[in-house]
Amino acid sequence: MDSDDEFHSGQSSDDFMIDDDSDTGLPEDDSDIDEVDIGFESQEKITKPGRKSYEVEFKVYSPQDIQSYQDKQIDEVSTILGQPPEITAILLRHMRWNKERLIEQYMDAQEQMLENVGLDQDIAGPPRIETKKNFMCDICCDDQPGLETFAMKCGHRFCVPCYKHYLSRKIKEEGEAARIRCPGEDCNRIVDSKSLDLLVATDLKERYQELLTRTYVDDKENLKWCPAPNCVYAVDCGVKQRDLLKIVPTVHCDCGHNFCFGCTLTDHQPAPCALVRKWLKKCEDDSETANWISANTKECPKCRSTIEKNGGCNHMTCRKCRHEFCWMCMGVWSEHGTSWYSCNRYEEKSGSDARDAQAKSRQSLERYLHYYNRYANHEQSAKLDKDIYIKTEKKMSQLQNSSGMSWIEVQFLEEASRALQQCRQTLKWTYAFAFYLARNNQTEIFEDNQKDLEMAVENLSEMFEKPVDQLAKLKVDMLDKTTYCNKRRVILLSDTADNLKAGKWEFNVELTG
Amino acid sequence: MQAGSGKRITKELGEIQSDPPEGMKVTLKDDSDLHTWQIVMDGPEQSVYAGGHFKLILVLPKDYPFKPPVVNFQTKIYHPNISNDGKGSMCLGMLRTDEWKPPNKIVAVLNMTRNLLIEPNPDDAVESSIAEVYKNDYKSFEKTAKEWTKKYAVGK
Repeated sequence: MDSDDEFHSGQSSDDFMIDDDSDTGLPEDDSDIDEVDIGFESQEKITKPGRKSYEVEFKVYSPQDIQSYQDKQIDEVSTILGQPPEITAILLRHMRWNKERLIEQYMDAQEQMLENVGLDQDIAGPPRIETKKNFMCDICCDDQPGLETFAMKCGHRFCVPCYKHYLSRKIKEEGEAARIRCPGEDCNRIVDSKSLDLLVATDLKERYQELLTRTYVDDKENLKWCPAPNCVYAVDCGVKQRDLLKIVPTVHCDCGHNFCFGCTLTDHQPAPCALVRKWLKKCEDDSETANWISANTKECPKCRSTIEKNGGCNHMTCRKCRHEFCWMCMGVWSEHGTSWYSCNRYEEKSGSDARDAQAKSRQSLERYLHYYNRYANHEQSAKLDKDIYIKTEKKMSQLQNSSGMSWIEVQFLEEASRALQQCRQTLKWTYAFAFYLARNNQTEIFEDNQKDLEMAVENLSEMFEKPVDQLAKLKVDMLDKTTYCNKRRVILLSDTADNLKAGKWEFNVELTG
Repeated sequence: MQAGSGKRITKELGEIQSDPPEGMKVTLKDDSDLHTWQIVMDGPEQSVYAGGHFKLILVLPKDYPFKPPVVNFQTKIYHPNISNDGKGSMCLGMLRTDEWKPPNKIVAVLNMTRNLLIEPNPDDAVESSIAEVYKNDYKSFEKTAKEWTKKYAVGK
């Protein structure tokens, strides 16, 4: 499901807002938030006009940003505590970067705290490599004269090769950084950065820094790594775990990946995280059935020829008998495009046969398959749309040559493709959302919105399948349809987000954060 | 350090063989391999395992002493901290990678193992069902442990 992430995550410019008031690019320390406890409701107040209700405030940081922010915090606290930066860094990491709590506890019980993190008060003087008389290393049992040795203030002395090997193992193999302890038996003293500088090879230092930054981000509730492979950015967002039943915080990383800040899965608006977990679990459990239904072939409802879907559009025309039908419901297509489009709506069967337990279980399977089919179909279609786009991209250059259009002028194809990807991602999750939705006054509006978006998407998707030589003529039409798709998506997401925030959706399962 | 590890192991082995810990016989499984040790541990007198002789294999990883040794009971034993899956693996305290410190000695590992026979640690169990019995029905734990000792660890 993630294979197309890098593709559909490109943003159309009107779809989200980048923080336009970000000045230094670095956040103020957020620790006061922990105390004031800004819940979701109060966050509304700081939402700027123009931000859509389904969008959240966030910032993207590079590793350098994070590094310099860490350094800045360390310097600040270092001055207050009157401790050198490397000691302050250990203390801050120990307190999981809660500056206020550190200062408070440090002022209350300085010695206790230094002891807790394995630092005693005697911390003057830089660490040194020394040779000692009559020394035998307790690790390798080497005792030759002139052996270089090292010990921190705790006095646990080992030969330099062993000390180095110990540290490099911890960093390289165990991925430790902030809390490496002295190799001495039962010693909890943490190896400070100056000692590390003295003993660790340059290539490992980089890894060490990386790991330190990693723990920094891991320790902070408002920071998360972008989960895209090889992405180095972290995202800062104020949405808390407890807000996740009321909001779906999709963020957009600078690498182009859209993900949910709450659960770090790929963007799943409008479905809240708890619902997504339930749905994915269900799909996994029912995977045998799901495998069966997601098979790529179906039979033509009229002549029974086997048909493989090779494009993203659901409007199928049988090659053999020219029968036109909808891939999803297998109904006649002509009933779709105009007034009656029932493809997205599962007609609940009358309650009378609910008494029959067997019928009931079959019905619940059918109901699940209805939604799963549509969910899987949009996932599949998004991939197919993408394939077509990749093919089209090649032809875009041909189109330039044949029609005399410039590169800029053929960009409408890319925009259309992005819109399709994004809308299908949203549509996909509307079906998981709908599966758990209990009927109330809002559901009809939701289904209408879903239907409208779906229709807009299918219309655009269909144009995508036209031969390249016709594309130039379709430009204006295609641009219109792209805009319309994006607009329908905004409408659907705004409606679902507003109701989610207001607690107006009712679900047929209990969702817990 | 790789060379040093040989020196360290030889030293430890020499010390253990000249002054073996109480109720233990330590040998190399194969004289050419310093990294695989064979131990016969007598069930401590004051424990439910008294009278039994338990065979253990202690393997020193290549990167010893930077990585902890691995201890397995080859003799079947009814104990909350020793796995009853044919492997007899034991994972406790100092033997965990993040707890292990390079100066820790094998003799300490063996003594810890012996102490574990005297006093199981049900809160950190591998066999949670045995731990339950140990905590809630000590009589029945004692009975099974003695039966197993008799059946698997006596006269072999």
